[in-house]
This record gives sequence, C-alpha cells and structure tokens, in this order.
Amino acid sequence: METIVISPQAATEQKSEAEQVQISGSKAVLEALVNEGVDVIFGYPGGAIMPIYDALYDYQSQLKHILVRHEQGGIHAGQGYARSSGKVGVVFATSGPGATNLVTGLADALIDSTPLVCITGQVFAHLLGTDAFQEVDVINITTPITKWNYQVTDANEIPHVLAKAFHIAKTGRPGPVLIDITKNAQIQKFDYKGYTKCNHIRSYRPKPNVRPEYITAAAKLINEAKKPFVIFGQGIILGKAEKEFKAFIEKGGLPAAWTILGLSALETEHPLNVGMLGMHGNYGPNVLTNECDVLIAVGMRFDDRVTGRLDKYAKQAKIIHLDIDPAEIDKNVKTTVPVWGDCKETLPLITALIDEKQHPNWLNEFYSHSEKEFSACIQAELNPVSGELKMGEVIQVMNEITGGNAIIVTDVGQHQMVACRYTKFNQSKSNITSGGAGTMGFALPAAIGAKYGAPDREVIAIIGDGGFQMTLQELGTIMQSHVDIKILILNNRFLGMVRQWQQLFHDKRYSFVDIESPDYVQLAKAYKIPGKQISLRSELKSSLTEMLHHKGAYLLDVMVEKEDNVFPMVPAGSSVSEIRLK
Amino acid sequence: MKKEFTITVYTENQVGLLNRIAIIFSRRKINIDSMNTSPSEVESVHRFTIVITETEDVVIKICRQIEKQVEVLKAYFNTNEELVWQELALYKVPTEVIAEKVLVERLLRQYGARAVVIRKDYIVFEVTGQREETDKLLEVLEPIGLIEFVRSARVAIIKASDGFHSKLKEFEADQPGDQVVENEFLNHKGEVFTM
Repeated sequence: METIVISPQAATEQKSEAEQVQISGSKAVLEALVNEGVDVIFGYPGGAIMPIYDALYDYQSQLKHILVRHEQGGIHAGQGYARSSGKVGVVFATSGPGATNLVTGLADALIDSTPLVCITGQVFAHLLGTDAFQEVDVINITTPITKWNYQVTDANEIPHVLAKAFHIAKTGRPGPVLIDITKNAQIQKFDYKGYTKCNHIRSYRPKPNVRPEYITAAAKLINEAKKPFVIFGQGIILGKAEKEFKAFIEKGGLPAAWTILGLSALETEHPLNVGMLGMHGNYGPNVLTNECDVLIAVGMRFDDRVTGRLDKYAKQAKIIHLDIDPAEIDKNVKTTVPVWGDCKETLPLITALIDEKQHPNWLNEFYSHSEKEFSACIQAELNPVSGELKMGEVIQVMNEITGGNAIIVTDVGQHQMVACRYTKFNQSKSNITSGGAGTMGFALPAAIGAKYGAPDREVIAIIGDGGFQMTLQELGTIMQSHVDIKILILNNRFLGMVRQWQQLFHDKRYSFVDIESPDYVQLAKAYKIPGKQISLRSELKSSLTEMLHHKGAYLLDVMVEKEDNVFPMVPAGSSVSEIRLK
Repeated sequence: MKKEFTITVYTENQVGLLNRIAIIFSRRKINIDSMNTSPSEVESVHRFTIVITETEDVVIKICRQIEKQVEVLKAYFNTNEELVWQELALYKVPTEVIAEKVLVERLLRQYGARAVVIRKDYIVFEVTGQREETDKLLEVLEPIGLIEFVRSARVAIIKASDGFHSKLKEFEADQPGDQVVENEFLNHKGEVFTM
C-alpha cells in the first residue's frame, strides 16, 4: 500500500488555500450579481432566503437593495428598472407565498419581453416534496410564465446557473428567468473557481440567422409599394435599433405607427410618426391598415388588441414581418416575407436596398384622417372649455411642462390609453406600461424601478383610482427609500374602462364598477409624501407645475369627468376599419 | 383539416423539460395521443416522439413554440406517410386458453406475436406494429380471455432524415450552434438539418 506523507507545513498551506476559495452558495449568488454589473435588487426577505440576505449584509456597498412592501411590487419594480435602463432587473423573494407573489409580474414580463432574473429561496433539498413550511412547487408554477427557470440544490451549480440566467434573460427576445435556490445550497460551502459570464448554450439560439434572400425580397416589395405602411413595436427598443429604424423610414418615406410598447421608440413629433395602432389607437393607422399595399411589421407580434378581427386584417396587403422570435412569424398574421433576425441587423440591410422616396399623397391620407379624428374626438378631450376635467387635457398640460422629456409609467385602463395617445415623447425607453398582460397595479411599483433605472430622469406614474388601490402599499417603499417619483392619479371614481364597455355593450348595466377611494392626499401624508387633490381647470397647470418642480415624491389626485369614454375605439371582434369615433 | 402528426423533439436531458413541453399542448387544450421520451444515441441528448391530431397550421406553431424553449435543440413534425413507426403491445393471457384453443395459436402466428414469458398459469405475448395491428389481436383475445394488456407510445423514424445522426453528433461537441441549430424553416421539413 502506498503511503502519502504530508508535511505539517504543507498541510496547513493546503488548508489555508482551500479556505481562501471556499465560499457559501449565498456569497456566490452575490458575486454573480456583482460580476453581471447589477446595481439594484428589489426584494423582500423571508425564512428560506435568509442566508442570501445574511450575505447581502456585507455587500451593501456594491449592491443596493430596495426593500419593497410586497413581492409583486418587487417584481414590477424590477420590470420598471429593466424597461427604463435596458438592463436586467433583479428580484429577490422567499419561498412559498413570497415566490407565488411573483407570478403576476413574471407573466407580465414574459409577454412584454422584459429581462429579469428572479431569485427565490426554497426549503432545504431534503424537504422538497414533503409539504414543508413555506414549500411551494415554484418551478412548476412558473414554467409557463418564464423564459427559463431552474432549481439549484447544490451550491456548486450557482455560478454557472446564474451566468446562464443572465445570458438567457437579456439575449434574443428578452424575458424573465427564475432561479429557485434551496436553503442548503445557500448555506453550503464549495470551491469557488470564480465567475465566468455565459455567452453560449448549445440548445439555445437567441437570434435566427439573417437570410439575404428575404432582405432582398423585402426591399423589392417596399420599392414597388405605392402605399407602404410600417407598424412597429418594442422590438426596436429592445434591439436598441431606434437610429436604424429612423434611417429606414426616412429613406423610404414610410409612414409609421406604433403599438403601445413601441411607443417612444420614434419621437412623437417626427413627421412620419402617424400615431397609435389598435383598439384605442388613432383613426388613420387603423383604417389605413386595410388600405395599404405593403405592411411592414417591425418587432411587434400582431396582438389581438392591435389587429382586431384577423380575417379582416390587412387582407389586401403584402406583409413583411421583421422579428427576432421565429415563433412570432405567421402566428397570427400570415407573412409574405419573413425577415428573421435582430432588427438592429436586418433594418440597415433593408435600408441599403430601398430607394430614396417620398409618398406625399399617401402620407396626406394619414394627416387628413388625423384631422377628422381631431375634430371628432381629440379637440374636446384636449381643449375643453367647460365641464369637469378631462383625462386628455391633464396629459396635454403635463406635456407643456415636461416638454416630452419625462418617463411616463402607466397602469391599465382608460388613463393608460389616454396617456399613450396624448403623451409627447422625445426619447426612447420613456413609456413604461403593462401591455400584453394588462396588469392593474403595475404603475406605482414599476415607476419606483424606472427611477432606479434612470435616476437622472423625471418619472411620472399615471394611475387610475382602481389600479392605484391594488399596489398602494408601495408608498411605503417610496417613503423609506426616498424615491423621487411623481404620482398622478386620474380619478374618475369608477373602474372606467370596464364601465365604458358596460355602457357601450351591456346597456349601461354598471355592474360593480363604482369604486370608492380613500382620501389619497391623507394617505400619502401618512407616508410622508406631500400631495394635493384638484378638480378645477384653473388649478391644473399650477398644480402640475408644483408637483413637477417638487423635490422628492409627490402625489396629485386629479378628479376627472366620471363618465368620460376613450375614443376612437375598435370594438372587440370588429375589423380595424370599423373603428368608431364615438 | 385535422390529422395525425408526429412531432420529434431533441432536447437536453433536464429536469422539468417534459412539463415545459407538455404545457405547450395543454395550453391550447390539445390532447396528446401518445408520447415517448428516451435517451437518443447521443449522450445527454433526449428524443421525444409526440403524436397529436391537429391541423398542420397549429402543428407548425406548436413546433416553433417548442423549439423556442431554451433546452430544446430541434423540433420536427411529420405526417404518417413520412414516417416508419411502430408501437409495442404486451398481452397476458391464461396458459390454459392457449393450450386448449388451437385457434388462438394460429391467430398469434398470424399477428407475428412472440412469447416473452411462458408460465404454467399465464403467457405474455408481444406484438410490434401499428395501432390497427395491435388492436386486431386485442379484439380477438379479449373474448377468449385476456388478463392484462399494455401498449407503448409510438416510436418513429423519419424517412427523409439523411445526415440526422451525424448532425446530432455535432451537438455532442457543445460548440457554438451557429450553423448547427436552424430553428426556422420548419415547414421545409423534407430536408431536415440541411435547410
């Protein structure tokens, strides 16, 4: 038998070397975040994530942790951060109810392609499947609403799993990733070999190869078009392709309309920006969708709120669809030319091949429809002279003060549609809203996150009285962390969008839409946030100015017309050309 | 028009992936007629064979959504005409029935059955074939005396799969999948891997 003799000195040397590289799983998690350039974490501690929080105590100088008041608030804040900064939002939650509170935010982030890495604690690995205290099968609950999820049961996995998580969350079509870490893995000491970023997973292909034949085919269709029409979505913002997009439409003289997630990718006052698509979009873009000859969809997914009735959607047009996600091609609308790939790469390739052109007559059709819409609905909404305050005019006055430079975070409902329709935007990543999921309660926490994502910019949360009451506990976060955001409540004392539908389609049978509010100014005061309630037109401008000039958080509760409706409207199940002006 | 499609999926060997794939069907309320999953010939790569009855349009969308999953290497779909496929069925019958009735013996020969276990009290036969073939023997045995029956999921070979194996070996290398994984052009299914 061979005997190995180790000198006492060497043995201690080995031991100290080993001690140097042995770290806990929790520390490895935080090391990963530091290496990925994370600066803010939104989270809430609890039993199963305590080892990570314990390690976080020593990382406070590198990682800022914002203590939210509810995990849903945490994840929406993460989303707001990701949307305003273009970086990955990071969220911590504990096991069980902590993790299930993330569900709405995960679903929201998946459908709105928001990059997130959520880290949840989990019970000890040996307790999995035993109905242990605060044990919930988080992986299976979140499988349909995450781009990827993984349960870590051994600390050795942590560095490469987190590297994978960040890679998956931010590349290709971004999305939320959830990593569930059992408590034993958080505590376990292991040999840490440093952190290496992930840039390749063999089964994962973030973007499809660009196919030259489709680039040529798309350019040919655009060059032959008499009435080309561009519709664009968040793909431009996610792909950081705003410049490339502008060069494309300017060279071809192509009128362009946006989905609500594409909003702010092209400045509002650009002459080729013809407005908003969809159910409460502008008149021209909706009607002319069914008159264009070539429809060029860029980084958007033909949501049913955009297309209305599919069998009557742009049937006359040839369709070019640029998307990074092959599963979006032909999903809802059959494409003539599918341009797979990242629009940051594909747009310049197409731009190079298209003719420099203007389509003045065609563009004028948009302008004349816009005039028609202005006199039918916009004029009365933006410039009323009597009666109660209108939501539109509040936005209009806000535009005058911000000059279109603020980040606007909206909730869901009438105020959201009005804000998207009328807010002026000068720069990208400025409109943050829950589009695909339509999550009420999104705006307040998302605005908190948006401020951390873009600390130098003004952030205004525009919220209805219904949605505000869903997540108003986050006023506590604003108070404690001194988050400088402005809260603008458009208060119509109704669940306005549902009421509008009940009025139009259910014979005014107002079933449970009459919602009472607390005194929001008093409420804010309890959280040490100054505020004011107004209902008069004469107070509007001065109050908005006061709010926007105030240093620190401020709440303005604006009482608006109780039964105002958002028009135009494409009723559900109707074609976009059947858009109603009243 | 709805018809039978076989979806073949190559994946990483990962806990939870079965669920991730299954929910793509259940989300659209599509019933899975048959599903087989087993290791492929390449270490760490698994192969799913899933049979559903749907329209081609829906099947294309489902395949793209499957392929979109991070741990899925590739998904294909084929009609029955494009496949060679088999199912395995086991029939347990009392030995006395077989001994007494020559008819049964003849039937078993006719359906190419093979005895897997022969005991004093029962015999287990095995038949490999398509659904109709295994069904026919079942119909015949049932009135005579059947103790237990089980059928496997479908396994299928794609007729036009030239180069399949060698491409799959490339996955093993764990190299950047730039040219290897083509997750578009699912509709050009004739020339898998070499679009």
